[in-house]
Amino acid sequence: MTISIDPQKTNNESLQPKGWLRYFSFSLDHKVIGIQYLVCGFLFYLIGGTLASAIRIELASPMSDFMPRDVYNQVLTLHGTIMIFLWIVPVVNGAFGNYLIPFYVGARDMAFPRLNAVAFWLIPPSGLMLVTSYFVEGAAQAGWTAYPPLSITTPQSGQIIWILSVLLLGGSSIFGGINFIATIIKLRRPGLKLMQLPMYCWAMLGTSLLVVLSTPVLAGTLILLSFDIIANTGFFNPVLGGNVVVYQHLFWFYSHPAVYIMVLPAFGLVSEILPVHARKPLFGYTTMVFSIMGIVVLGLVVWAHHMFTSGTPPWMRLFFTIATAFIAVPTGIKFFNWVATLWGGKISINSAMLFSCGFIINFVFGGITGVALAQVPFDIHVHDTYFVVAHFHYIVYGGTVFIIFSSIYHWFPKVTGKMLNEKLGILHFIITFIGFNLCFAPQHWLGLNGMPRRVAEYDPQFQFVNQISSLGALLMAISTIPFLINVFLSVRNGKNAGDNPWNALTPEWLTSSPPPVENWEGEAPLVKEPYGYGKEISEQK
Amino acid sequence: MLNKNIYLILIISLVFAISFWIGFNVDLLPAEASINAPIYDELFKILFITGLIIFIGMTIAVIYSLFKFRKRNDQIGDGIALEGNLSLEIVWTIIPSIIVLLIGLYSYNIYDRMGGMKELNHNHEMMSSNSEKIWAGISQTSDNEIAINNLSIEVSAMQFAFLFNYPKGNFISGELHVPVDQKVSMKMESKDVIHAFWVPEFRIKQDIIPGQPTILNFTPTKVGKYPIICAELCGPYHGGMRASIIVEEEADYNEWFNKNKKPEVNL
Repeated sequence: MTISIDPQKTNNESLQPKGWLRYFSFSLDHKVIGIQYLVCGFLFYLIGGTLASAIRIELASPMSDFMPRDVYNQVLTLHGTIMIFLWIVPVVNGAFGNYLIPFYVGARDMAFPRLNAVAFWLIPPSGLMLVTSYFVEGAAQAGWTAYPPLSITTPQSGQIIWILSVLLLGGSSIFGGINFIATIIKLRRPGLKLMQLPMYCWAMLGTSLLVVLSTPVLAGTLILLSFDIIANTGFFNPVLGGNVVVYQHLFWFYSHPAVYIMVLPAFGLVSEILPVHARKPLFGYTTMVFSIMGIVVLGLVVWAHHMFTSGTPPWMRLFFTIATAFIAVPTGIKFFNWVATLWGGKISINSAMLFSCGFIINFVFGGITGVALAQVPFDIHVHDTYFVVAHFHYIVYGGTVFIIFSSIYHWFPKVTGKMLNEKLGILHFIITFIGFNLCFAPQHWLGLNGMPRRVAEYDPQFQFVNQISSLGALLMAISTIPFLINVFLSVRNGKNAGDNPWNALTPEWLTSSPPPVENWEGEAPLVKEPYGYGKEISEQK
Repeated sequence: MLNKNIYLILIISLVFAISFWIGFNVDLLPAEASINAPIYDELFKILFITGLIIFIGMTIAVIYSLFKFRKRNDQIGDGIALEGNLSLEIVWTIIPSIIVLLIGLYSYNIYDRMGGMKELNHNHEMMSSNSEKIWAGISQTSDNEIAINNLSIEVSAMQFAFLFNYPKGNFISGELHVPVDQKVSMKMESKDVIHAFWVPEFRIKQDIIPGQPTILNFTPTKVGKYPIICAELCGPYHGGMRASIIVEEEADYNEWFNKNKKPEVNL
């Protein structure tokens, strides 16, 4: 059953500020909240990126000479936590989810607008808390994984603030997840079937299921950890008879699905972008839906592959190897389908398309090293080395962050009514792609040859390769400059985009750009074929 | 049509040829210095070549599509309205499934050859009770060998050092000395936080956990000095937590051992 929402005026609409001020208000408009998520996330991306630059500067020389060793550990902890919990998760879920999902299901807003605003407004204070904890007694320094007993024995205030902050961010994520599930299942416009929804809805449905199923486990684990720190309980403290490996199981039960919480929405977004710019229907809609759900199910039962060198019995190692490797099958289907979507199209080579194709190439590479890492005997050598760092960044940066940029180029005209400059966009892509690969490809070799991760100093034989990697990081830092210039120039003086500059068929383009407060002046359009390129509906435009 | 197929076959064979050439000629791994290492490198080669074939193939497909199907200036309208192809989709579900399954079985075989699936057989003189629970590590002790002949060493790790206790000689060393071609059996435990014992040239790693002994068995095959690296973040000096393993001829090892050996009755 679906519920339709009448275009009624909400009581407090007149109280909402207008213009740019609404982005600083407790706005209930899903589009405003989406932009709040995006801009807030991007600010934290700049902070996390600065921390990453600090790490790469430290690693440009084999000695620990750029910052004190404990500060280095704080920097790498904050870098990981900020990038995951304050940039990627809020942006691919919160920003694009809030902006697009109501359009895609034909609703005027999310199912629970107030919960939605609360979910966003939890983020800035917890982020600020996390960043400023550095000035209290030093930030957390046990890595973003916060393994006990290290997290119990390092300075307490930083670790406790870290836990509080991650708990709030997890809460925000759960609120968002509940909201997305309710909106996608219950707020669909009458006549719109599940199998007619744009792929991003399916990706968000799968992601939100993962969020709702696994985030509470992380929350519970971190609360137990905080008891160990504050109240001297012994859940994970071996001195008091606790078990440190149990923490790892509980932590990864959330944190492996977290990888899918970061990449599944990106899979959804790229499925929206490629058909528009290739002028072809999304290839294999049904298999795409099933592969998302397959990834969701498998994603919940592979966590222990992060623990092959911890104390795990052999049979468990074997089970998690096979389960993990099999995730490559549904993921592979999606990649083959995207290439098939490009095949025979009429492809506009623009920034959005280039970033999407960069995503495909980077992610295939990261996926291949992922299948290798799933094999216990392979993993035992490279676990906790720079090989894993490289693999992970190929997935979340080469994969998800490329798609975030692709999406910004794709939906900027929707949000602002202005076009981004294509020349600056392509320059942005070229520097990012080269910088990214220069930074992370050499790290595979470092890991294989004996450089562990999370170190401030290393064997001098690795200096040259580390410097190449740092050079790549420098290029990545530089690449944000043309992007920022582009955004600021285009918001003010960009070319007028019109309502539908890409001639896209998905429902968000069937209203004005930028869209009115309740999305459509009249009734929401019924879009049964969001990918009907090359068919009559498309030819009429 | 025939021409097209010939090109496709040519490109695919070229991708295979390049991948195999790189796989066999580009050496990305450090020296092999234990029984494990050549087994590991065999698996690595297979994964490397398979990965290269898939990666190069996909990259070519993406770049070719971008080039071949780019929109020319004079073109209007859309591409073909192709929404899927069930048989093609079945093919690219089944082939990756088979590849993944074969790789999984093969790596199971490799892991078994490394001793990972063996019953953990750590026959340690200093071990007080048989009921002590020992968590997994790699065990190379085969069934028909008498484990007592192994060199048994107790490893304790702490912030930020490794200590190696030789129970037979009743002494503790900061350097790990082992004779070449002889099985070494280590029981490891941490005194504070989690550490890890990693020797890249041996291709082995095992976490050292407080309150939970882990074991690791290996057989060095090459005389030399190799780094022991802590691989688990353990505090500010984690990057500096290293030690050396010195693999020597049996005579040299015995000399070193006898020099450090202490009489047992000095307690």
